[in-house]
Amino acid sequence: MSDDSPNEFGPLSLHVPEPAVRPGGEPDFSNVNIPEAGSVRRPPVDANPEEIRDLAFSIIRVLNRDGEAVGPWAGELTDEQLVEGLRHMMTLRTFDARMQIAQRQGKTSFYMQHLGEEAVSCAFRKALSPGDMNFPTYRQAGLLIADDYPMVEMMCQIYSNEKDPLKGRQLPIMYSSKEHGFFSISGNLATQYIQAVGWAMASAIKNDTKIAAGWIGDGSTAESDFHAALVFASTYKAPVVLNIVNNQWAISTFQGIARGGAGTFAARGLGFGMPALRVDGNDYLAVFAVAKWAIERARRNLGPTVIEYVTYRAGAHSTSDDPSAYRPKTESDAWPLGDPVMRLKNHLIGRGVWSEERHTQAEAEILDTVITAQKEAESFGTLHAGGKPSARDMFEGVYEEMPPHLRRQRQQAGV
Amino acid sequence: MPRKTMIEAIRDAMDTMMERDDNVVVFGEDVGFFGGVFRCTHGLQAKYGKTRCFDAPISEGGIVGAAIGMAAYGLKPCVEIQFADYVYPAYDQIVSEAARLRYRSNGGFTCPIVIRMPAGGGIFGGQTHSQSPEALFTHVSGLKVVVPSNPHDAKGLLIAALEDPDPVIFLEPKRLYNGPFDGHHDRPVTPWSKHELGEVPDGHYTVPLGKAIKRREGKQLTVLAYGTMVYVAEAAAEENGIDAEIIDLRTLLPLDLETIVESVTKTGRCVIVHEATLTSGFGAELAALVQQHCFYNLEAPVARVTGWDTPYPHAQEWDYFPGPARVGRAFLETLEG
Repeated sequence: MSDDSPNEFGPLSLHVPEPAVRPGGEPDFSNVNIPEAGSVRRPPVDANPEEIRDLAFSIIRVLNRDGEAVGPWAGELTDEQLVEGLRHMMTLRTFDARMQIAQRQGKTSFYMQHLGEEAVSCAFRKALSPGDMNFPTYRQAGLLIADDYPMVEMMCQIYSNEKDPLKGRQLPIMYSSKEHGFFSISGNLATQYIQAVGWAMASAIKNDTKIAAGWIGDGSTAESDFHAALVFASTYKAPVVLNIVNNQWAISTFQGIARGGAGTFAARGLGFGMPALRVDGNDYLAVFAVAKWAIERARRNLGPTVIEYVTYRAGAHSTSDDPSAYRPKTESDAWPLGDPVMRLKNHLIGRGVWSEERHTQAEAEILDTVITAQKEAESFGTLHAGGKPSARDMFEGVYEEMPPHLRRQRQQAGV
Repeated sequence: MPRKTMIEAIRDAMDTMMERDDNVVVFGEDVGFFGGVFRCTHGLQAKYGKTRCFDAPISEGGIVGAAIGMAAYGLKPCVEIQFADYVYPAYDQIVSEAARLRYRSNGGFTCPIVIRMPAGGGIFGGQTHSQSPEALFTHVSGLKVVVPSNPHDAKGLLIAALEDPDPVIFLEPKRLYNGPFDGHHDRPVTPWSKHELGEVPDGHYTVPLGKAIKRREGKQLTVLAYGTMVYVAEAAAEENGIDAEIIDLRTLLPLDLETIVESVTKTGRCVIVHEATLTSGFGAELAALVQQHCFYNLEAPVARVTGWDTPYPHAQEWDYFPGPARVGRAFLETLEG
């Protein structure tokens, strides 16, 4: 910088945010302000967004350190529903573990786990009604598991085998099921968020009763489609729940790079006049209660809600990265909101409807079910062995009717 | 038969379809109350209500993204991008989403949307109101790309597009909105009321996607053109006394290769004319197809007359625009070749 700079304040410098700790350091979450479970108020579902702005800066929690459900957001679920929820999360975790190994064994090209984030999608699904539509990212397979979508079909998709419902056209885990309210996953980030708003607008245009749910990660809120979604949802008061899963990490980039100077991701909704709630994403009961509140609000034609799920991606982003290269190895153990499966398990034991023995037994049963499904799926082939979709399928479905140039190319390919 | 401008014909197509199908919705920037900056949607909100025709925020990505969600729900959105030059924020939604949804979901979700946008220059619109981005869409599998050249076709093609089960990019040559334009910018404008292709039947009819039409039968050479360039080619042929066969492609994707090959096989010479820039333009695809399918019938190299490889200039509009003089020279060179 030259000395004759006209700037009396001296030279400028660029601020590039850094996470609190890098590999080799002691994990530090002292910057994550966690309120007591049960301490955050529960406004009526038709609350004026202007009057609940504080909810964008707190964390709604139900399960306390002793595993008790406390406060105004508790009491939404029966024992049976909670046990079912626990089983869904355990199933998703087991499914992930098996598919992760299958990828390492070369049975597919790619996989993405949910480790630590199981409560978010599993609990949300149970708050929806049949006919509602999710526009998910790649880390919400709990929406399918909790809706009893057949695991064999999920695996056939992952293996791109002869029974792959998507005929080998999509990367593993980019599921699609209209019947189960699960919009086709793109793989491009954030595009689905504004599509969810459009779907919800259509439901309102047709005076229907269905609502939509958009899903996005902390990092992808930086995309312009996120902003577009909030503008459209706010403008047309679309019946949509706009979910932000803040799992702290976008591959190797910490959430501060996308969040910028804002206090929270939920606070993004405030500028649009939307209710914005922040919830403990590792607390099945809290996720369900907040989701139910927002879904009811949408269904009553009161418009969109932004929900930020505060959680932690305990595993790698995908099978293609090693988290120890960008964050301390022990960081996930230090995550102050704990593990969603353990927390619900302890709660159920405290309620007297679950036990260590039953848990161990359930783990074995679930593993058995997943292995059985895996064997069946593998009997239809894996990516590099056994049955696979035909090369002819590659040319189908680009358009409803195949145009002449594709017919010529298919002929040229000799399939 | 009533004569209409291209604007009225396009409005008539949307009106006809909104009347027939409750699922057709129309939205975009300024299209609701005001009826669009080119007035294409004028009166539709008053007639069908503001949940069927409405104003959108200035967010092309948002407009197309929302339309994709609506289409997945079961509506038939017809959205307007105010100028084709503004479509780029929506490009990801068009290329990665609309175009691939049917394929990637194995038909579980489909995307029957129409994206209308005024394209082309000749109105002193400078670099942000003049572009012809058709090749950016013809390169994308899963899209259909349509460019009408007159009111009759515009209505029939737009109805066909709205009835199509897949996403359609509908490029409207804005220089043709009020009359045919032969490139002689210094002469009085001919209105559509004085041209037979301004005759637009009432009610429902379609011009099928994927079918070209011969605008002029001829023996000496084949001209492949679309949109505004059809009239420029006609003028160039007339002024140079050339017996040209002029094919108005109408749909670029899927392309009517059969009509092209039949004509070039007959004439043995081919000139391609488009307003968009040369390099990797749609003309390159046409030239490749012609040489592949008509090689042994060709008596001269395939010629291309296009906009120059520069941004669309303001003051130099008529130096940039491939007008009748340049097109005529290419005809003569091709006949000598």
